[in-house]
Amino acid sequence: MTERTAFRDTETGGKADRAVVRDALGVGVAVGLSGFAFGVTSAGSGLTLMQTCALSLLVFTGASQFALVGALAAGGGPFTAAAGAFFLGVRNAFYGLRLSQLLALPRAVRPFAAQWVIDETAAVALAQPTRRAARIGFFVTGLSLYVLWNLTTLLGALGAGAIGDTGAWGLDAAGPAVFLALLAPMLKTGTERAVAGLAVLLGLGLLPVLPAGVPVLMAALAAPVVLWADGRRKGRGIEG
Amino acid sequence: MNVWIAIGVTVLGCYAVKLAGLLVPAGALERPVVKRLAALLPVALLAALTAEQTFADGQVLVLDARAAGLGAAAVALVLRAPFLLVVAAAVLVTAGVRAMGVG
Repeated sequence: MTERTAFRDTETGGKADRAVVRDALGVGVAVGLSGFAFGVTSAGSGLTLMQTCALSLLVFTGASQFALVGALAAGGGPFTAAAGAFFLGVRNAFYGLRLSQLLALPRAVRPFAAQWVIDETAAVALAQPTRRAARIGFFVTGLSLYVLWNLTTLLGALGAGAIGDTGAWGLDAAGPAVFLALLAPMLKTGTERAVAGLAVLLGLGLLPVLPAGVPVLMAALAAPVVLWADGRRKGRGIEG
Repeated sequence: MNVWIAIGVTVLGCYAVKLAGLLVPAGALERPVVKRLAALLPVALLAALTAEQTFADGQVLVLDARAAGLGAAAVALVLRAPFLLVVAAAVLVTAGVRAMGVG
């Protein structure tokens, strides 16, 4: 892109490539570093170094990874533990639906890009005004997060014994803070806020009565419910 | 062995759902209501995940130091702090509250 078009992009409310890269790296680095917390937690749950690293390399979706090692540590069977992790991972399919249209990747690239379809890459890509910016955001966030998440997982697993109690270091608060930071820019209108509020109620309310991972999926129902209620209130189709 | 089975099933399942989303034909998303829904679903999921990872201990709801950490993250967000600072605020405040023996 020439200097001139970059300037025009800025003028028209778009974002220069450099700004997208900076945002993407901010997310990639911050979340990538929290792989350390996963490495420590996983090793502390009794998984070997190989098992811990295999999860970060091959599953690469933090909430599912945490859920799996948590369930195994709590004595859950392999299939129950995997089911909880899977249910948490289902949300990535929703991100994929959205990203598929936005990024318009060639079919041959999709199987490789799929591994990077997670909360953070979706949040960064969806926040961009143009396809070019979305692609840059997705790629830079995906690459930096994947590399760092795996490196820090390894370091965390190796250093787990030395650190002791991860809770004492407050590392368990990194996950929710990351999710909140990704969520905040999406809460633009009353509709988004209503969806978020209802999702919190559903997620927390159903937590004690449903198996791990399922309450979050049920909370996804907040989206269609609020859309439907919005449509009713406005007295026209829910397309508005 | 059980752990490797759990890892294998999780790897296959999680990759399959990621790929499934990307492979749905673009035409399926042309209707405005579907677009709107696809944009709102991540909002619902992220909100529920934030709440559960802050207030859940297994299947029990608890109020502990993580809530203070999340509050600090929220304040940092309102002040438009950079991403890393938001996460650092949550971690430091949570550790600090625990060090004082609360939660």
